[in-house]
Amino acid sequence: MKFIGEKGVNRVFAIIAFSAIAALTLIVIFILIEGLPFILQEGIGNFLFTSEWQPASGKFGILPMIVGSIWVTIGSILVGLPLGLAGAIFLSEFLPRWAMKLIKPAIELLAGIPSVVFGFIGVMVLAPLIRDNFGGPGLSIICASIILGIMILPTIMSISIDSIKAVPNSYREGALALGATHWQTIHMVTLPAAKSGIIAGIILGLGRAIGETMAVIMVAGNAVIIPDSIFDSVRTLTANIALEMGYATGIHRQALFATGAVLLVIIMILNYLANMAIKNKSRTR
Amino acid sequence: MKMHPRQTQKIAISLLIGSTIFTLAILVFIIVFVLSKGLPIITLDFLLKNPEEMGRSGGIFPAIVGTFLLPFVALLIATPLGVGTAIYLNEYTRESRFTRVIRFGADCLAGIPSIIFGLFGFIFFVTILNMGWSIISGSLTLAFMILPTIIRTSEEAIKSVPNSYREVSFSLGSTLWQTVRRVVLPNAMPGILTGVMLSVGRSIGETAAVIFTAGSSLRLPHTAFDSLRTMSVHFYILAREGLSNENAYGTAAVLIISILSINLVSYWILNKYIAKKTK
Repeated sequence: MKFIGEKGVNRVFAIIAFSAIAALTLIVIFILIEGLPFILQEGIGNFLFTSEWQPASGKFGILPMIVGSIWVTIGSILVGLPLGLAGAIFLSEFLPRWAMKLIKPAIELLAGIPSVVFGFIGVMVLAPLIRDNFGGPGLSIICASIILGIMILPTIMSISIDSIKAVPNSYREGALALGATHWQTIHMVTLPAAKSGIIAGIILGLGRAIGETMAVIMVAGNAVIIPDSIFDSVRTLTANIALEMGYATGIHRQALFATGAVLLVIIMILNYLANMAIKNKSRTR
Repeated sequence: MKMHPRQTQKIAISLLIGSTIFTLAILVFIIVFVLSKGLPIITLDFLLKNPEEMGRSGGIFPAIVGTFLLPFVALLIATPLGVGTAIYLNEYTRESRFTRVIRFGADCLAGIPSIIFGLFGFIFFVTILNMGWSIISGSLTLAFMILPTIIRTSEEAIKSVPNSYREVSFSLGSTLWQTVRRVVLPNAMPGILTGVMLSVGRSIGETAAVIFTAGSSLRLPHTAFDSLRTMSVHFYILAREGLSNENAYGTAAVLIISILSINLVSYWILNKYIAKKTK
């Protein structure tokens, strides 16, 4: 790049550096352009808090989907958090370095398995188990929660490992010197010190669970109802978009983009909270 | 009743071990399950023939081509942008409000779910820019998706190049750009490569964003404006519409083997790189 000179190179890089911001802005703008007019016209209360979704007769209430997303997300945290945190503590505090080096990539491979494969295993293995033992349709909140919980496990685990590892060794040595057992040191000193990092991991896991689409479509059953029990079928916000996007036109399509806008707002709030948690961590240290 | 701390410790540790083993068992189960059902289906014909009757029989050749073509084109777009951003952030500017905004943007982009990328790609690339369901729409959407990963990993790689390298280069009279090109980039290359490989792994497994932007045509594409189908999309359609469980298992096995080998190669590159650094 002799011909444009040092200053030119600098300028080219400055422009390139805008690409991520540009991409984000484009996405937010176009989702809102397509979705907001519908929300304003329909009335935000009507859209968010009524529970009839019948696109053919012009009824667009996404309350069942919001409830569905919340149920499934809470369920997935209940499954993924204990397993992920336990794994993180065990790997980082009890295992020698070489074993950690072997097991951590294996857990990260779990993150690489495509969501459709998780969904398929939910359909073929987990759903029949639930149907036979607990009744109901099998494809249900509990099924989706377990599958999603496994899917967000690597996220929670690897961020927790990083924040546990970041706790200075002097903290542990101090506790051990005062006569605390290894476990007391972990739950009274190490975990509280790593708390904000772990919280950030949980929030990012929440974001992944709310945003997951293909696996949820396959295992949640997708009925537009407000569920009574964890064995009922539900439809999530993401599933609502993906299921109907293929054939939706006109106002129906706008309603789906409006669903996307609601999802985007939820995700942005979660990202912001995760960022705050991480910032909090760097301030206290 | 208060338990002795040693007893509590014993219980806690066995719970920890139990959960870790359980997690690993899930991983092993998923991989063994898919491979044991899928590997018997995989034959040379399955890999190299076109699908027949919507995928009920025949092979998955076009889907294999699509699976590797789409991420490849996406990388051609995202790598220069991502690596360029990382170079700018680390070499050309100090920490300022501007860099914080860029980092925040990349973090937000990383958190956006794939279905939103799909919606955006559908309205922007497919409809407004009129590119249709095509390789180009799909790759551009994927490029947006993997951009934050590439920025992040390239930044880590560039940061890990020791400052003394740069100082030596400057003291020999090279300009900033010469230093970046001849000293920083070559030394950061393995780390950058790992990030690139990890993004390939992610885009190969992607379904929601791809199905709304690249479509699901079963034919081999001839131009950048043809629609194509990736293995993930093919697998989803086979499984969801109940076309053929057998071929679905076969496709899933090929998919998982591809992703596992890509991830293993990237770990291998990274480890070699770390080994070289610590020498």
